[in-house]
Amino acid sequence: MTTAVATPPTAPPPAATTTTYPARDPWLSKRTNQLLIVLGVWVVLYLFLKGHWTFQDGQPTTTAQDKLQTLSQNANASRDTNPFFVYLIVPITTVVDAYVNNVQSWLHSVGWTGPTAIATAIGLVFAGWRTALLALLGFVAFGVLGLFYESMDTLAYTLCAVVLSVVIGGLIGILAGLNSGFNAFLTPVLDFMQILPTFAYLPLATLIFQIGPTSAVFVTMVYAVPPVIRLTAVGIREVSGTTVEAATSIGSTRLQLLRKVQLPMAKNTIVLGINQTTMAALSMVTIAALIGAPGLGQVVVKAIESLNIGVAFNAGLAIVIMAIVLDRTTTAISLRTEKQRRTGREPSRRLRLAGYGAGAVLALVGIIEGQQYVWANIFQDSWTHPVSAPVNSATRWIELNVQNTTLAITDWCTLHVIVPLTSFLTSSPWWLVVLALVVIAQLLAGVRIAVVTAVCMLGCVGLGLWYQSMWTLGSVLIAAVLTMVLGALLGVWAGRNAWVERWIRPTLDAGQTMPAFVYLPPCLALFGVGRFTGIVAAVVYAAPAVIKVVIEGIHGVSPTTIEAAESAGSSRWQIIGKVQLPMARPHLLLAFNQGVIYVLAMVVVGGLVGAQGLGLVVVQGFSQGTQAGQGLAAGIAIVLLGVMLDRITQGAGKLRKSAVG
Amino acid sequence: MTQNRTRRVRVATLLAVAGLLVAACGGTKVNTGSSAGSSGSGSHKPCGAVNIADNPWVGYEADYAVVSYVLRTKLGCTVTGKNLTEQVSWQGFESGQVDVILENWGHADLATQYITQKKVAVDLGSQGNQGIIGWYVPAWMSQKYPDITDWHNLNKYSSLFKTAESGSKGQLLDGDPSYVTNDKALVKNLNLNYTVVVGGSEATLIKSLQTATDQKKPLLFYFYEPQWALANLKVSRVLLPPYTTGCDTNAAKVACDYPPYALNKVARVAFVSSGSPAVTVIKNFTWTNNDQNQVAEYIANEGMKDDAAAKKWVDANPAKVAAWLQGA
Repeated sequence: MTTAVATPPTAPPPAATTTTYPARDPWLSKRTNQLLIVLGVWVVLYLFLKGHWTFQDGQPTTTAQDKLQTLSQNANASRDTNPFFVYLIVPITTVVDAYVNNVQSWLHSVGWTGPTAIATAIGLVFAGWRTALLALLGFVAFGVLGLFYESMDTLAYTLCAVVLSVVIGGLIGILAGLNSGFNAFLTPVLDFMQILPTFAYLPLATLIFQIGPTSAVFVTMVYAVPPVIRLTAVGIREVSGTTVEAATSIGSTRLQLLRKVQLPMAKNTIVLGINQTTMAALSMVTIAALIGAPGLGQVVVKAIESLNIGVAFNAGLAIVIMAIVLDRTTTAISLRTEKQRRTGREPSRRLRLAGYGAGAVLALVGIIEGQQYVWANIFQDSWTHPVSAPVNSATRWIELNVQNTTLAITDWCTLHVIVPLTSFLTSSPWWLVVLALVVIAQLLAGVRIAVVTAVCMLGCVGLGLWYQSMWTLGSVLIAAVLTMVLGALLGVWAGRNAWVERWIRPTLDAGQTMPAFVYLPPCLALFGVGRFTGIVAAVVYAAPAVIKVVIEGIHGVSPTTIEAAESAGSSRWQIIGKVQLPMARPHLLLAFNQGVIYVLAMVVVGGLVGAQGLGLVVVQGFSQGTQAGQGLAAGIAIVLLGVMLDRITQGAGKLRKSAVG
Repeated sequence: MTQNRTRRVRVATLLAVAGLLVAACGGTKVNTGSSAGSSGSGSHKPCGAVNIADNPWVGYEADYAVVSYVLRTKLGCTVTGKNLTEQVSWQGFESGQVDVILENWGHADLATQYITQKKVAVDLGSQGNQGIIGWYVPAWMSQKYPDITDWHNLNKYSSLFKTAESGSKGQLLDGDPSYVTNDKALVKNLNLNYTVVVGGSEATLIKSLQTATDQKKPLLFYFYEPQWALANLKVSRVLLPPYTTGCDTNAAKVACDYPPYALNKVARVAFVSSGSPAVTVIKNFTWTNNDQNQVAEYIANEGMKDDAAAKKWVDANPAKVAAWLQGA
């Protein structure tokens, strides 16, 4: 559990050497002892009390669930009478639906040459020929994979959500950049939005907007809008006070100041925000397939349903390619604006216009061709080479040769690790679990967080989803520990070895931009249906973020300290175990925090591949009318778990810092 | 920089010119080449767009494959499949996302809500398939344990069905989380020492049944007909307390077996009154469980694409298809 990770190796220092290692972290070691005592007491009480005061799966619905159920039924029944729906939601839905549908059908109407030419032209004009070539190849690859149509659906939804996010988020960001009070209010809200597991608000979206484009765009925006708000605000704040003063002293009005000084100088940061927003949007649009968003996500969902790993992989590959193209294009644009700003060398107006002109011509040719001619309108079947068939043969090979081993791993881990931990959590008396977690939170993160923990846990009880929450919590803890072990191993290796880092970093960058869905099919192929698959997918999904933070931590250790240790004759393992890891502790705690949040988001998605728990209740909630209330409740429970885990892991870092100084 | 730029512009211009050249050379025009369906029988009204719900089981996909193939090739309709779960599809009648559900399993509550109260949907009658839902074991189990097919004896055998996922209880494997099911309530109300494990999909059910049959592993599972996999895999139904009308009204208190389902078609009112010839075809559409199983087998077992599977069946059953097209 938490302790296993927060504890650095504490073997007694070798007596012979006189090396002065950095002192053991007194705060952590004191906490470790206390935590061990708490766990010990918990285990002893569990042995005596197990099976009493517990909740079982399928406990009767609670008042909270019934209320949510009534709420969702009323919302459905009063859609055409309730003013909230008639005057607010229905108009919004109509406008957004029309907007998305128009973009989508336009993208389909211009064939495959249209979007391809536009993407290439954008690359050429704004980012450079390398990006243009990448975009060209990427878009052709959608066609070759036989998924051009679906890719354009995904692209249309992503772009629509990004445009809305940039408009709305940009405005909010500007306000936050100009007004410190608003910024202070906004920061925790954005924090909260970013730790919300994506699954949690799918039921809410369908409740308000029903299925359709608006729901999809709404959930995508909830997930994707925070970066653009944050970075716009940061960009405006970063404009130096002197510059602003200078502009004000020559008589600029506030609007002029914003338009001519602050926004242009923040441009680069804002573009970075758009980049992050775009990646988040793409990731969420694929998950929105569960509430009817068309495109690549649907192909993955459908393929997972029919256990067709090849088709799922094929679509996953298209998502990866789209992620790379979108990421590279927006990054290249931001790098260029940055470079031009620094060197102050903007191309002349004439040249710029010529560039735009050429781009426009290229795009137009593509569009017209696509509208007019069959070859450019429909990507010919004979040009397509989906990778499904080879992947399916590979899967069959795996099923014949590897799966016995991997399924044995699945069974072993499920029986010996997951089941014991889950039953420890579900058959301890519920008040004992709450009490233990509250004490742990108090020790690790202070009284305030202990109160938060109590509220979150009692919330899960009140929602009538205690059993499912504990089930999910168990999987999250296992996946988080595995992620930390993997992250620490790879992070230390790469942190100590520049060559390894050079290889591993692009992989991590790519891994971080991948939408969650991409990880499910390969894990499913290897580990079969069940909880373990969800856990493995979560580890893979969370690892890049964790590894990166660990690398930072290792880099942060000053070379002089290491040299001193080396000159005192410490071996490599001593340096890692006694110097680098202990000194990187703050980073390790941060890594654990990030890891837990990522893991939670993915573990609930495991509900799609046979993992039980909260994720499954969410899925059932938006597919079974009679369980809508439970689904909403499960969404809330996921949020409660997320808040609790985030606060405890983050609080641990802060409390330690203030204690150690 | 400037040089670079000039080169970039030059490349772009070159590309553009090349593109224009290709354009000038021409090729088949979109409107003349691809008007699929105009080859069909003569002079009916233009069909337009039809949005058909595509629910997540292969039998439904077979319905969808054949109907959409007929609508596209014979009437020139533009068919869009909406991958939605069965209950969510009903919402689409109100939001306009869905015109037709081709295989509806009961859902009396939704029918009341959307057909009677909101008046946005209308029943288009039977589609011919007879639906059965129940609990099953692989056939070898009922030979080895003859009394297992009576639910009273399930507790006696619960230890056989223990898995890593079900813990100390027996496992009852369910399919897609969106399917019609009372299983959790049944386990509870019949006091069975079992726990429902939701496998996640029809494919998981079939794969588990395949393994259970091949390796003689015990398996108790939720299953249904029409079902192509039952052609090769033999199963025995476990009889629950018999269904009586109204015994399943209160979802939490259900303690009886599933009713037989006469599967029907449901359509959006606005679509039906649009006068599209597709409405007539969908009204006429009816086929047997064997027909559906055949097409489902093409898709799921032989790995044929929807269109190829539909074409194979349509070519082999011209009389049935002609009957659907009557009056369109």
